[in-house]
Amino acid sequence: MSETGDGSLSPARPSRGMFGVSGSSDTSGFNGLATPVHADLSTPKPYGSWYDEATDHLAEVFGGFGDAIERIVVDRGELTLHVKREHILELCRTMRDDPSLRFELLSSVSGVDYIDSPRRLHAVYHLTSMTYRRRLRLEVATTVEDPHIPSVVSVYPTADWHEREAWDFFGIVFDGHPALTRIQMPDDWIGHPQRKDYPLGGIDVEYKGAHVPPPDERRSYA
Amino acid sequence: MTTTDTPGTGASPTDPFAPSRDTTEGRIFTLVGGDWDSLTDEAISGTEKMVVNMGPQHPSTHGVLRLVLELEGETVTECRLVIGYLHTGIEKSTEYRNWVQGVTFVTRMDYLAPLYNETAYCLAVEKLLGITDDIPERATVIRVLVMELQRIASHLVWLATGGLELGAMGMMLYGWREREVILEILELITGLRMNHAYVRPGGVIQDLPPGAVDKIREFLVYMPKKIKENEGLLAGNPIWAARNKNVGVIDASGCVALGVTGPLLRAAGLPWDLRKQEPYCGYETYEFDVPTRENGDCWARFEVRVAEMRESLKIIEQCLGKLRPGPVMIGDKKIAWPAQLALGSDGMGNSLDHIRNIMGTSMEALIHHFKLVTEGFRVPAGQVYVPIESPRGEMGYHVVSDGGTRPYRVHVRDPSFVNLQAVPAMTEGSMISDVIAAVASVDPVMGGVDR
Repeated sequence: MSETGDGSLSPARPSRGMFGVSGSSDTSGFNGLATPVHADLSTPKPYGSWYDEATDHLAEVFGGFGDAIERIVVDRGELTLHVKREHILELCRTMRDDPSLRFELLSSVSGVDYIDSPRRLHAVYHLTSMTYRRRLRLEVATTVEDPHIPSVVSVYPTADWHEREAWDFFGIVFDGHPALTRIQMPDDWIGHPQRKDYPLGGIDVEYKGAHVPPPDERRSYA
Repeated sequence: MTTTDTPGTGASPTDPFAPSRDTTEGRIFTLVGGDWDSLTDEAISGTEKMVVNMGPQHPSTHGVLRLVLELEGETVTECRLVIGYLHTGIEKSTEYRNWVQGVTFVTRMDYLAPLYNETAYCLAVEKLLGITDDIPERATVIRVLVMELQRIASHLVWLATGGLELGAMGMMLYGWREREVILEILELITGLRMNHAYVRPGGVIQDLPPGAVDKIREFLVYMPKKIKENEGLLAGNPIWAARNKNVGVIDASGCVALGVTGPLLRAAGLPWDLRKQEPYCGYETYEFDVPTRENGDCWARFEVRVAEMRESLKIIEQCLGKLRPGPVMIGDKKIAWPAQLALGSDGMGNSLDHIRNIMGTSMEALIHHFKLVTEGFRVPAGQVYVPIESPRGEMGYHVVSDGGTRPYRVHVRDPSFVNLQAVPAMTEGSMISDVIAAVASVDPVMGGVDR
């Protein structure tokens, strides 16, 4: 568990036991039992483990550290740096090349849609230092209206497909990507299916000229 | 072409590209093709490139991988991969089911390593719940046991399909035969041959059945001989050597830049194995080696994978020694799945004693059963990334919770997805026949790539 105590990410949700239902007979979870979890909190120093040393070092070698890093979260023993989007490329370069950091491997880039947050689209970069056997997460937030984030393909070539996937599913535009096209969905698909406001199975299916309506429109269960 | 039309119904005799005449053997077409002359002229003069689609329905592409190859003669000048033909929206679907049901979704991603998907997912959920240290020892040992069994099975499928793709038909039969033995053991333990849904948050769903350990011991005697036999069939084969040596080369720095992990990275000389580097499930207590080779070609990958099967056998043997009696599910009744399975007259199902207990004697058990099954437990908000070493490399689960009963987001860093990115680097400039060997050596599983 984190050094900073539990639940630092979720002050919006008071703990009400594991099942946490009140005022509703609905136990399926489909009627909006989940409440927003957005909270811009950072973990106070010291972070513990190697995190203090690494973040202090990063502050020295990376010029606009104070400006670029919005907040630092240590939760469940994992370090997350929330980065302003215009700094992500240079930060990745420093992360990769600095001899004391050496995050050579970009394990993954995933999109997350925190729909209730003002900047709801997040690109999450999981960096791995093979030299020091460390892992760290960079997180960049942006809005649906202006979903641009600089691409890190020039620093980590492996980001190519990951960024295409995040574009495909979340509509995050990675500026500077060599060929930002859909990767899993068909090229002519409309919409970004893993956004939270995109329904599951919410499209009709054409089969032999007939249309099967989406599940939520097939019949009324009321 | 018009030749597919049946005589008398289709092609007109005046088709400019396929004039025909009737003979006693039926109608004969002579294909001329107005463009062909100019095409061959350009091909000879060396200015014409041919673009060939390999797949998505191609036996050598492990399912539905599509390669777009630009060819000059038989040399590949450019290679681009097109994926997504098997996309089923598993990540999205998990957001609409509770945390335990997520297991049955993720197990269908990399279908040659379902237990790895389940374990990585469960480790992530357990980390979010903060119960990583409360998982019973026996459950962890069983997880390692079934995972290593599956690693051998997965590598055998690679051996079988990889062999078939390069013309070693026998390997297909032998590899599948050997894998069948493992599938029988996994079926005995989990009830299913694939997509087991066996590993659950908090432990595993049921203990090893009677006879499983004996069967695994038999397997430990049987398998080394078979590995040796199958290795001998390929390693001594000059065609296999010619098709694999110095083919599909990528070095360690290229691997790291492209995110390639697993046997490919180890075949390029870097002993990066998460079981050693960032141990999980108690792997630090097992003795095994991480096989590496230097060349980074298909041959090195072949040797690494065969050596890994032997290392997995070592681990399985140690697992049997570590099995101590005890629970296989966490003690916390607010997390542990409340089922106790037993064999009834109509097959495997909830034990009648268990149902009698919760229905008749324990109000608490009844409430927990009802709440866990209908709604599921809540997971405190936050995010984790949990990587494990699957047969194909780093399989990472980025799981986000909003504090509810269902995952807010599950993103899978599937090793096949990332490793496939290296195929252009391996194949551009080589012969088209080497593309098959290179793709086979990556061992991609499209269920994981497309998710």
